[in-house]
Amino acid sequence: MIGQVTAAVIGTIGFSILYSVPKGYYPYCGFIGGAGWLIYCLLFPACSAPEATLFAAAAVVILSRFFAVRKRCPVTIFLISGIIPLVPGGGVYWTAYYIVMGEMELASETGFMALKVAVAIVLAIVFIFQLPQKLFRKQEK
Amino acid sequence: MESSNAFVLSNGIFVTSGGVSEEVFAKVQNIPVSGSHLDRVEAVNQLSREIAEGRYAVGEVREKLEQIRRMPGKTRKMRILGSGLGSGAFCYVYGGTLQDCMAAFLAGLLLYVFVIWVSEPHLKKMMSGIAGGAVATAACMVLHRLGIGQNLDRMVIGSIIPLVPGVAFTNAIRDIADEDYIAGTVRMIDALLVFFCIAMGVGLVYTVKQRMMF
Repeated sequence: MIGQVTAAVIGTIGFSILYSVPKGYYPYCGFIGGAGWLIYCLLFPACSAPEATLFAAAAVVILSRFFAVRKRCPVTIFLISGIIPLVPGGGVYWTAYYIVMGEMELASETGFMALKVAVAIVLAIVFIFQLPQKLFRKQEK
Repeated sequence: MESSNAFVLSNGIFVTSGGVSEEVFAKVQNIPVSGSHLDRVEAVNQLSREIAEGRYAVGEVREKLEQIRRMPGKTRKMRILGSGLGSGAFCYVYGGTLQDCMAAFLAGLLLYVFVIWVSEPHLKKMMSGIAGGAVATAACMVLHRLGIGQNLDRMVIGSIIPLVPGVAFTNAIRDIADEDYIAGTVRMIDALLVFFCIAMGVGLVYTVKQRMMF
């Protein structure tokens, strides 16, 4: 698991480079991506993939908002890179793979699962952005 | 200036303003649905903070904005490296072995060489999704045949990850959550279409491979 989380950190930083995030923010992006995947790993055997994704994505959004306030920069910078490990890239692959192999039942199963995971990410973003900005500002007062 | 009104979507800005000499003046600014220059987002954000502090005159602001527009972004080498890093790392995240990661890293590098020199200058979005998915998958298959990496699935999953439309997807959700349905729908369709096209590219190569084996 430690290896996976480390890989998620490196991968997230790779993505920050792709999205032209300014250099100084790489460590934060990596930390957020790693934290999201750590929570996913901790929850996954016990919860279903969409549930684990919901909590992991929620953590990613909370951390992104926290760092956005701290570093005085738009939340998008952290959020877009940090959410990447949770995006169901594997689901998309398996769906395409099973369709080609003619295994329609498995294809619809994995496709639907990928959709559920995507919806979980949507819900997490919607929920956490509804929290008032005040909550993230405590230190400044 | 006596009256002004702005309607801002994340894919277009519509502004009207009126004064004594001219009753209504309108300006529409289109924002294309492409690109991922988070460095510019950050720079403009910083600039607006400085404007709010009253540090600039109007003319200076225009000059600053022009500077931000011309910001170079990351070099090609850095982006290719980023793609390789992302591919290799996510291959491991999705359960690949270290050797799979090496293969995914190479495929990710190759993928972005293709994206930068072929997709971005020459191909439309749908085609670049399909072609990108196909190139990544084909690269993994060749590497797999050469004996680098054991799990073809994990390698392909890792190497197609850099194509995932993360910016469009995340912004679409945020637009819809902000009740900005028009911009959100446009972006969501954009993101889903790219997802779909990547899957098509992967499927295409697998189909060809299957046909050739029998």
